[in-house]
Amino acid sequence: MYTQAMDTAGKDSEGRKAVRSTGEMMLEQRFDARIDDGEFIEAKDWMPDHYRRTLVRQISQHAHSEIVGMLPEGNWITRAPTLKRKTILLAKVQDEAGHGLYLYSAAETLGTSRDQMLDALHSGKAKYSSIFNYPTLTWADVGAIGWLVDGAAIMNQVPICRCSYAPYARAMIRICREESFHQRQGFESLLTMMQHGTEAQKAMVQDAVNRWWWPSVMMFGPPDDQSPNSAQSMRWGIKRVSNDELRQKFVDAAVEQAKVLGVTLPDPALKWNEERQHNDFGPIDWDEFWRVIGGNGPCNRERLGARVKAWEEGAWVREAALAHAAKQERREPLAA
Amino acid sequence: MATDQSTRPPANEWPLWEVFVRTKAGLDHKHCGSLHAADPKMAIQLARDVYTRRQEGISVWVVRADQIVASDPGDKDMYFDPMEDKVYRHPTFYQLPGAVDHM
Repeated sequence: MYTQAMDTAGKDSEGRKAVRSTGEMMLEQRFDARIDDGEFIEAKDWMPDHYRRTLVRQISQHAHSEIVGMLPEGNWITRAPTLKRKTILLAKVQDEAGHGLYLYSAAETLGTSRDQMLDALHSGKAKYSSIFNYPTLTWADVGAIGWLVDGAAIMNQVPICRCSYAPYARAMIRICREESFHQRQGFESLLTMMQHGTEAQKAMVQDAVNRWWWPSVMMFGPPDDQSPNSAQSMRWGIKRVSNDELRQKFVDAAVEQAKVLGVTLPDPALKWNEERQHNDFGPIDWDEFWRVIGGNGPCNRERLGARVKAWEEGAWVREAALAHAAKQERREPLAA
Repeated sequence: MATDQSTRPPANEWPLWEVFVRTKAGLDHKHCGSLHAADPKMAIQLARDVYTRRQEGISVWVVRADQIVASDPGDKDMYFDPMEDKVYRHPTFYQLPGAVDHM
């Protein structure tokens, strides 16, 4: 999910093809054995360059996704229908900021810096999850995001709690504990509208579902047979479950949840398959996915613009804080 | 043993702090992650904001990351090996008659 577009980052594969010394090959063999034994890798352990780079890319893109993910929902904080919904939405958006921070910290243990990661995001070199390039047009979108987008994220994040790279795994455990309220609050919000709302409100919910369903299904990334990076990530215990398997689990869960809500999912091909014991679903429009990843979704420019603006306009605050800290230290030096 | 290899950040970046939280009285502070802050006061406040949103702690420590001294993982085996063959440090090494085995 957070390695979207990594498969097209051809430059990364050069590390794998470089000539390696015998010493390095031995280190890599020992590393592979540790992974096979289910051992955790910590920050200062030896690791192949490709493992390190894959993780820096994935963890930083995961972090960027959390921070950018604050924007579509932040859009509705001032217009939440009740004080209760407003405080809930504020808490959720605060959590997303916190999740981004846990993940940036985890990525930094691998030798990259916050400024480097943010520079990659702001220049367009690093990606964030495609889903956050869609607009939140109504209040029901907030509920739909909680139910479907957070639902998909949870499905992807639970296996990462067992990622071989321990700082990432620990951050994920923390995140998963906090994430479940995100999905529940969204579902509950939609349920309230469907059970107690006016006809117009019910229609608003259905419309939100119609717009968020397919992008949520796309969150899991391209089909397995079009994800060349997945194999190496699985071999190294970074990725535990394939895109297609996660996507199927998500669809199966959502179908049952949709019945409780009383909404229809906008896929005429959605149908229980008794033989497979799973729901069959219709074809995904991968053109849309690649367009959005490539920068031409509905809100890409708006999202990135908001982040760049926040960074640039906040520069004086960062500088002032450092200047103040330096001044304080001259007055009262910290004990060594 | 080696000191932590991290160097000071560039002058325009906030330094890195490691965060330790005690969840309740009687327990140790446990490491839970890191964050960037300009000074100690900000570090404590941000640690509270980032790591205790759900009452996970009653006490927070922050330590500048470059002040942490750590053992070298590369030397792990050699460094901790001496403990491996000192089984007589464990109570189970000693066979006692049943009447006093509760010791």
